[in-house]
Amino acid sequence: MDQLLSLFNTYTAEFPTLWMMIKILLLPIVPLILAVAFFTVTERWVIGWMQVRRGPVYIGKGFLQPFADVFKLLFKEIIIPSKSNLFLFRLAPMLALIPAFAAWAVVPAGEGIVHADVNAGLMYLLAMTSMGVYGIIIAGWASNSKYAFLGAMRAAAQVISYEIAMGFALVGVLIAAGSLNMTEIVHAQAGNGGVFEWFMWPLFPLFVIYFISGVAETNRAPFDVAEGESEIVAGFHVEYSGSAFAMFFLAEYANMILVAFLVPLFFCGGWLSPFPESWGWIGQGGPHWLALKVAFFAFMFLWFRATFPRYRYDQIMRLGWKVFIPITIAWVMVTGVLVYTGVLVPNS
Amino acid sequence: MNAVIRYFKSLLLIELLKGMALTGKYLVAPKYTVRYPEEAIPKSNRFRGLHALRRYPNGEERCIACKLCEAVCPALAITIDSEQREDGSRRTTRYDIDLFKCIFCGFCEESCPVDSIVETHVHEYHFEQRGENIVNKQKLLAIGDRYEAEIAAARRQDAAYR
Repeated sequence: MDQLLSLFNTYTAEFPTLWMMIKILLLPIVPLILAVAFFTVTERWVIGWMQVRRGPVYIGKGFLQPFADVFKLLFKEIIIPSKSNLFLFRLAPMLALIPAFAAWAVVPAGEGIVHADVNAGLMYLLAMTSMGVYGIIIAGWASNSKYAFLGAMRAAAQVISYEIAMGFALVGVLIAAGSLNMTEIVHAQAGNGGVFEWFMWPLFPLFVIYFISGVAETNRAPFDVAEGESEIVAGFHVEYSGSAFAMFFLAEYANMILVAFLVPLFFCGGWLSPFPESWGWIGQGGPHWLALKVAFFAFMFLWFRATFPRYRYDQIMRLGWKVFIPITIAWVMVTGVLVYTGVLVPNS
Repeated sequence: MNAVIRYFKSLLLIELLKGMALTGKYLVAPKYTVRYPEEAIPKSNRFRGLHALRRYPNGEERCIACKLCEAVCPALAITIDSEQREDGSRRTTRYDIDLFKCIFCGFCEESCPVDSIVETHVHEYHFEQRGENIVNKQKLLAIGDRYEAEIAAARRQDAAYR
């Protein structure tokens, strides 16, 4: 055993890059892909139940359904439109998927369970979540199809609009937390008040707007005009099939899970317990609390999709520019006043 | 004033929350879907499915070749030939039903004076060869023998209303 351990240490010291790759594979990639797989089947269950249906129940009681879907997609032929831009057509799915995975580098899953505990983690996250739209634009353009192009344009305009509201909502978090570091932001929400120490109370409008913008940012219902099948067939990925489509699919769901992680981290105390620390074991934080919160917000995505009809395109733009951005700016000012007058103490 | 109320209603997402409450209620509501091959909804005893020819309990076939069913059939799906048997009774030598022509109206069953031709509750059947759609006398009798218990039970239940 000792020999094995020393061998392990030698190898990790000898090949740090390889060891890092294995760690990346073990922490975000494999669990994330599994989470996406079960998220898709949960989505079908939840939407089915809300429509008084049963959802998938046949393949392994429904639990193996995502694997059946994935293998079907992987074995399908990839059809490449003859007049498409070949290089960009192949690049686009990767451009969509890579930022969706890369963003996880700074997302802590618990106290110290993070790859890169960098100081500008929040900036990195904003950058990575915005990068995903390049994959969509390039996919729409390279397909050489009107529908794909329209979908890409819509997705681009929508993501850029809601990016601003999202950024302003995070400015409020920055003011309240006094840090750009994800772990620090969670620590700033700790305290004896339990759930009442979280940022979601003083920053409630920002919390709601951040989550709704997150839904819009990931192009999910009710903001899924980018793939409005009633008008533009399937949007930007209409020409994609097989594994290329699977990559877009994976990226979309990975982004949804990412938003479901970020909302609790920024506003709901991350891995902190909703109960005061003095209450013993139930007051102790841990990844299980974060998992619960993430499950809740991920469920909200599905709930939205089962409930709301799709917004009209101009309504989406109006909501983003004329409602969310003014409210966020106003509440950023309110947060500033709260901090200035000492009601909210940053970094405490 | 109304505009103000509407503004706050939309700002506070009240209608959206109402909608979510409704779908949330349906999330836990009982589901009506029948898992068809495993479960089936109950069928009426008047259900008109695949045809069958019945026998009397002593094994004698009921059909007396009166050809009422052939005459009444609106789709001309039934073809009957008959001749005298050795014991002097009139019997069919041929009783074919073309299931592609049949519209499952149940007139044959209603017209039959001896309850010989009946429609069973079987509706899950298929053909693998061309020509199998024409069901001959042997097959019809075999179907009748196979489902006699169910056919008799359904007729008993319905007897009071005939």
